[in-house]
Amino acid sequence: MTGPVASLNTAWFALIGVLWAGYFVLEGFDFGVGMLALAIGRDDMDRRLARNAIGPWWDGNEVWLIVAGGATFAAFPVWYASMFSGFYLALFIVLAALIVRGVSFEFRGKRDSARWRAGWDWAMAVGSLLPAFLWGVAFTDLVHGLRMSPSGLYLGSFWGLLTPVAIVGGLTSLALFVVHGATFLSLKTAGPLADRARQVAIWLTAPAVGLVITTAAWLSAAGSHGPGGLGGTVPIALAAACGLAFAVSGILVRLGRVGFAFALSALGILAVVAAVFTALFPRVMVSSGPGPSLTIWSAASAHLTLVVMTIVAAIFLPLVLAYQGWSFWVFRQRLVRPAAQSGPPHRTSARRT
Amino acid sequence: MIMEMLSRWQFGVTITYHFLFVPLTIGLALLVAVMQVLAYRRRDETWDRLARFFGSLFLINFAMGIVTGIVQEFQFGMNWSNYSVFVGNIFGAPLAFEGLLAFFAESTFIGLWVFGRNRLPPLAHTISICLVSLGTVVSAFFILTANAWMQHPVGYRVTGGKAELTDFWAVLGNSTLWAEFSHTVLAAFVTGSMFVLGVSGWQLLRGGEAAAFTRSARLSAGVALVCTVLVIVTGDIQARLMDTQQPMKMAAAEAVYKSSNGASFSLLTIGNLSGQPVFQIRIPHLLSLIATLSWNGRVDGITQVQQAEAARYGPGSYVPVLWVTYWGFRIMVGLGFLMLIVSAWSLWRCRRGGKPFELGRWTLWVLVACIAAPFLANTAGWLFTEMGRQPWIVYGLMKTGEAASPTVSATDVALTFGGFVLLYTVLGVIDVGLMYLAARRGLGTGAEGPPSGPPREGAEELVY
Repeated sequence: MTGPVASLNTAWFALIGVLWAGYFVLEGFDFGVGMLALAIGRDDMDRRLARNAIGPWWDGNEVWLIVAGGATFAAFPVWYASMFSGFYLALFIVLAALIVRGVSFEFRGKRDSARWRAGWDWAMAVGSLLPAFLWGVAFTDLVHGLRMSPSGLYLGSFWGLLTPVAIVGGLTSLALFVVHGATFLSLKTAGPLADRARQVAIWLTAPAVGLVITTAAWLSAAGSHGPGGLGGTVPIALAAACGLAFAVSGILVRLGRVGFAFALSALGILAVVAAVFTALFPRVMVSSGPGPSLTIWSAASAHLTLVVMTIVAAIFLPLVLAYQGWSFWVFRQRLVRPAAQSGPPHRTSARRT
Repeated sequence: MIMEMLSRWQFGVTITYHFLFVPLTIGLALLVAVMQVLAYRRRDETWDRLARFFGSLFLINFAMGIVTGIVQEFQFGMNWSNYSVFVGNIFGAPLAFEGLLAFFAESTFIGLWVFGRNRLPPLAHTISICLVSLGTVVSAFFILTANAWMQHPVGYRVTGGKAELTDFWAVLGNSTLWAEFSHTVLAAFVTGSMFVLGVSGWQLLRGGEAAAFTRSARLSAGVALVCTVLVIVTGDIQARLMDTQQPMKMAAAEAVYKSSNGASFSLLTIGNLSGQPVFQIRIPHLLSLIATLSWNGRVDGITQVQQAEAARYGPGSYVPVLWVTYWGFRIMVGLGFLMLIVSAWSLWRCRRGGKPFELGRWTLWVLVACIAAPFLANTAGWLFTEMGRQPWIVYGLMKTGEAASPTVSATDVALTFGGFVLLYTVLGVIDVGLMYLAARRGLGTGAEGPPSGPPREGAEELVY
C-alpha cells in the first residue's frame, strides 16, 4: 500500500512530528528542571524556585503529549495500536512516572514536613528521569527496527526494546533534556541556583553532543530495514544540526548569553525530532522482520477523517500557539529568592479552631 | 481470556477512579469561576477569598484528574489495540480534539489564573478561570462524542474490518451524544455544587466565617437545585433514547424478563434478579412512562431482546450483569432525588432574611454527608451505562471480547493492574488527606486583597 508523497498522509505524519517536537522542546526542559531541582537545589528554597520556574507551564507542556497521542490514534490508528500495545510495560513506567511527577507539584507544599517535601522532590526527579530516558529508547527503536508480525504488531517483549543502541538513544534524550533544562533554569532564575545550572549546562554539553553523534552514527551504520523514503543524508544532516546547535548553545551559556543559548537548545531538540521523523518516513514503525514496516499508508485512517482533522488543526493549533506563547510572555521574569523571613506558602500547622 | 479479563478490570478500575475527579473538576471550575466573576464585578473581597479557598481544593483535585486522564488515553492502545484499529478513524478524532481544543486551554489558563493573580489585569485574571471552566465543558463534549459513538454508532461504514467515517456531522449530531453530554455535564455541576455546599456546611459547623460561607452555601445550593432538576429531565430523555437504541440496557436496568404494556417500575427487589423475586415494591405504569412517555407503552423484556439480538447478531448471550445494571440505575436515580430535596431544603434554609443558616446543625451535618452522594451517583450511572452495553464495546459492531490487544500477555497486564491499584490507592489516601487539610484551613486572611489596579512589576511570586 503506497500513495503519493504529497498527500494528507504525509501532512499528518509531519504534523505528528511537530506535536512530538513541541512536546520534547517544552516538557524536555521540564524534565531537566525536575531532575536538577533535586541534584543542584541546595535547600528547600532552591527546589521551590526550580519548581516555580516551570510552575505556570508544566501542565500545558504535557498536553502536547496527549495531543500527539490522540492525533496518532486518529490519523494512524494502526500505528497507535501497534506502538502502544507493543511498548506496553515501557509506557506503564512512563505513565506511573508522569503521575507521581504531576501530583508532586500540588502535593509538595501542602504539608510542613521536611521528609514529605524530600519525598516529592524524589518523585519529581525520578518521574522526570524515567520518561526522559524511555522516550529516547522508544524513538530509537522505531528507527532502528523492531520485530513485527505480518499484521503490523510488535512481537518482542519489554526487554527486547532495551537493545544497546536504544539504551544509547535513551541516554541521548536524557542528556539533551538535562542540558536544555539547565539552560532554561539559568535563564528563568537568578542567583546561586542559576549559576549552578549554568555550570551543569557547560559540563554536560560535550557529552550530550557526543551522544547525539554516537546514536546517529550507530543508527546510520546499522542501516534501516525495508524500503525507506528520504534515505540517510537528511536525517544525518539534521542530527548534525542538533549537535551543532547544542555545541553553540553551550558556548553561549559560557558567555552568559543564556537567552540565545536556550533558543538554540530548543532548536537542537527540534532538529533531532526532525531527524527521527525524516529517518522514519514514509514508515512509522520500522520492521526488522518477519512482517513489513508500518507506513503512513498502511497505518492510516480513511480520507475523510484526515480532512476533518486537518481543518480543525489548521484553525486551532495556531490559536494554541498564540495563547501558550502569551503565557510564556506573561511569566517571563526571572525568579529570585524572596527575603529570608518569608516562609512556604502553604502552612497547615496554623489555624486550628 | 485471562488477559482480557484483567484488562477489563484494569480499565474499569482506572476509569472509575478517574471519573471521581473529573465531575468535581468540571463542577468546581464553574463555581470558582462564578465566585471570581462576582468578586470582579462587585469588587468584593469576600468572593475573592472564597474563590481562592475553593480554588485551592479545585487544584488538588485537578492535578489528580490530569494524571489519571493520561492513563485513559494510553490504555486504548495499550490494552485494546484491536478496538483501537477498528474505531481509530472515528474515535481517535474526538480524543485529539479534546486535547487541542480543551486540554491546552484548561492547562494554560489554570497556570495564568494561579500564577497571574498579581501579574495580570483583574479582568484577564477573571477571564482565565472562565476559560478553564469552558475548557472542562468542551473536554466533556469531545470525550462523550467518542463514548456516544460506542453507545450508538452513526456516520460510519465498515470496510476492511475498520469503521470508517462517512459523516462527521452525524457523529457530532448523534442524539445519544447530546443527551449524554447534557446529562453528564449537569451532573458534574451538581457534583461541584454539592461539594461546595458540604464544605461550606462543615466550615459553618466548625465556626468558620459565617457570612462568607453562608454565601457560598446559597450559591451552591441554587446551582445544585437548578442542575439537579435538569439532570432528572435529561436523564429521562436519555432513558427514552436508550429504550429505542439499546433495548437490552433498558430491560436490564429493570431486570424485567417479560415484555409488557403499561409496565410497572420496581423500586427495590429482595432476593435474586432472575425473574422470581422474593419481595418487590413496584410502582404501576411508571416504567412505561419513563421508557415510552405513555401510560400503556410497550417495554421489551430481557427474554425478548435476547432472542431478537441472537437472531440478528448470531448465537451468544446479550444480557449484561444484571445486579450491576439494576442496582446501578436505582442508586443513581435515588441519589438524584435525594440531592434534589437536600439542595431545595438548603436553599430555603439559607435564604436571605431567614434564621441564621449556621445554627441549623442537623442540616449542616446532612450537607457534609451529602458530599458523597454525587460521587456515588456518578459512579453508579457510569457503571450502569458502560456495563449495561456489554457484551458490546461498540454497540452492534464489536464485542468487548474481540477488542483486546493480541500481543500483550496476561502477566504484563497483571503487573500493570497491580501497579495502578497500588499507586492509585496511595494517591487516593493522600488526596483525601490533603483535601481535608485544605478544607479545614478556612478562608485566608485576604491581606493581599483582591487583584486590583495595574499588574505589579518585579519578581514573580512562588506558588508551589
